[in-house]
Amino acid sequence: MKKFIIALFMLLSTQAFASSGSIHLEEANVDLSDQASLQRGAKYFVNYCLSCHSAKHLRYSRMAQDLAIPPELVAENLMFTGEKIFDSMTITMRPEDAVNWFGVNPPDLSLIARSRGSDWLYTYLKSFYIDDSRPFGVNNLLFPDVGMPHVLADLQGLQRAVYKDVEDSEGNVRSVIAGLEIAQAGRMNTVEYDQAMHDLVNFMTYMGEPAKLERESLGGKVLAFIFLMIVIFYFLKKEYWKDIH
Amino acid sequence: MSGMLKNALGWMDDRFPLSKVWNEHLAEYYAPKNFNWMYYFGSLAMLVLVNQIITGIFLTIHYKPDAKLAFDSVEYIMRDVEWGWLIRYMHSTGASAFFVVVYLHMFRGLIYGSFKKPRELVWVFGMIIYVALMAEAFMGYLLPWGQMSYWGAQVIVSLFGAIPYVGEDLALWLRGDYVISDATLNRFFAFHVIAIPLVLVILVFMHIVALHAVGSNNPEGIEIKKHKDEKGIPLDGIPFHPYYSVKDLVGVAVFLFIFALIIFYMPEMGGYFLEHANFVPANPLKTPDHIAPVWYFTPFYAVLRAVPDKFLGVVAMGAAIVVLFLLPWLDRGVNKSIRYRGPVFKAAIVAFVISFVGLGYFGMQPVTPVGTFFSRFFSVIYFAFFLLMPFYSNIGQDEYVPERVDEK
Repeated sequence: MKKFIIALFMLLSTQAFASSGSIHLEEANVDLSDQASLQRGAKYFVNYCLSCHSAKHLRYSRMAQDLAIPPELVAENLMFTGEKIFDSMTITMRPEDAVNWFGVNPPDLSLIARSRGSDWLYTYLKSFYIDDSRPFGVNNLLFPDVGMPHVLADLQGLQRAVYKDVEDSEGNVRSVIAGLEIAQAGRMNTVEYDQAMHDLVNFMTYMGEPAKLERESLGGKVLAFIFLMIVIFYFLKKEYWKDIH
Repeated sequence: MSGMLKNALGWMDDRFPLSKVWNEHLAEYYAPKNFNWMYYFGSLAMLVLVNQIITGIFLTIHYKPDAKLAFDSVEYIMRDVEWGWLIRYMHSTGASAFFVVVYLHMFRGLIYGSFKKPRELVWVFGMIIYVALMAEAFMGYLLPWGQMSYWGAQVIVSLFGAIPYVGEDLALWLRGDYVISDATLNRFFAFHVIAIPLVLVILVFMHIVALHAVGSNNPEGIEIKKHKDEKGIPLDGIPFHPYYSVKDLVGVAVFLFIFALIIFYMPEMGGYFLEHANFVPANPLKTPDHIAPVWYFTPFYAVLRAVPDKFLGVVAMGAAIVVLFLLPWLDRGVNKSIRYRGPVFKAAIVAFVISFVGLGYFGMQPVTPVGTFFSRFFSVIYFAFFLLMPFYSNIGQDEYVPERVDEK
């Protein structure tokens, strides 16, 4: 029933996100019921994202509870700079330093999955490629000239762009990027990296709205109750109206 | 009724007309017995109003009307307040549900001629409610202080600046600053939580008092007060309570089912109820790529953009709303219900619905030549529907209209 409802609304909302880049978004296949994936995602998030990006709306304690990680394990493995368990995921980098180092202040990521969409994040994380003209030596197909270095390069390795020639309507031949291929291997192969990014995006989707875990499991009960109301009120109405012709 | 309760009621009635009000508006308010499902939306609008007020009170307890704190306080409600996410989604979904219900309620009035004599004031009060509702929704949308809140308000308030001579000063006066800022947020908060809701409640009261003075219309457009029994009760009327109070419960339950479906499984409604860009905090230095108002404003926004000149566009947008007020005097048809109107009027209604929905669609999209063409085309139909009504509304009406509901 739940899947059916979700599918129904998906159909209604095909144009959900306006894409910023021109490339096709890959599906992240988010599944918040996969707790192991969320836990792995949390690990990737605190290790690779949380030093430059904050997630100031998420508390460690909330994450521990929702992801069923014992608080001691969170404190040992996921908290690095002496926070308390009830603290939220802030960072120590000062915004003015960030602007000096990266050109922009890395945005808080608490709600990034809600503003950009999970598929966008998944595609973005897979779309870095070598570009020597950029300060950090990489560019991004989905987010051209992004200020962020490829922090996941030790996992993915580095990709290079594969070009092809296309002829535009005026007959000029231009070279455009046709795709990306691995130029320098990382610690993971492509399948493993895709799985890791799926986990990370899964976690970031959870992070955007922790209540989603609760509301989708509660919704069925509420709907069942209201359905019962419909039935009772319908027969009540029939009973009252039987003498009206 | 037990003796003690009866005594208490008697004591009360000697000092306050409790039984009298109950009877006049519920137990002895005679409504036509042939209401169909289109008649659910009036009571549903009241239900949504109550939902908005109650959830609004709870949100106000935790929300901070301060440009530095507003965005974070909404996330605080979503995450740290017990059931805060539910209250917030009930409020945000309720805003869109309000317009869905009100648009269907207005459409019902349009096709069954519920605005026609003697119900002109019922329509006019209803229209003032609609305008107040738009102001309420517009100001409420600024409060989460997201990118779309901010830039939507910036665009709409700047429209006042297009008015010659006084425009810029007027926009400045509305904002309380040269741009949308903390001052604007604070005053919009005041208007959203007290000033306009107060006006809304008073107007709803007047809308219902006016309706109960003239009596309800019905899908046949029959005046049930023309045929009364010896006690003065309309022969085709039934007491609102218990018949329609019980029937409306069915409508309420069906509505709540759909409402809950959205709240629990699709609170963003794919970006139509909660826009994606609004999950980014307001940034006065960064204009979003595409600014679109929430769906319920887009028909009028499309009219605005259809006109090449900014000031004339604002005039056209205002006129698109004002012309709705004039409906009772533009329609010259004798028969009320669409069931007994001529083919021209029926076709005009279809064209109007298509153009209104079409305007709503193109009002959401970025400007394209095709979109502008269709916006102009539909705007012309929209205005033609109203302004030509005096000429076409009485063509080819049915000669015979039933006097009684059961007549076949």
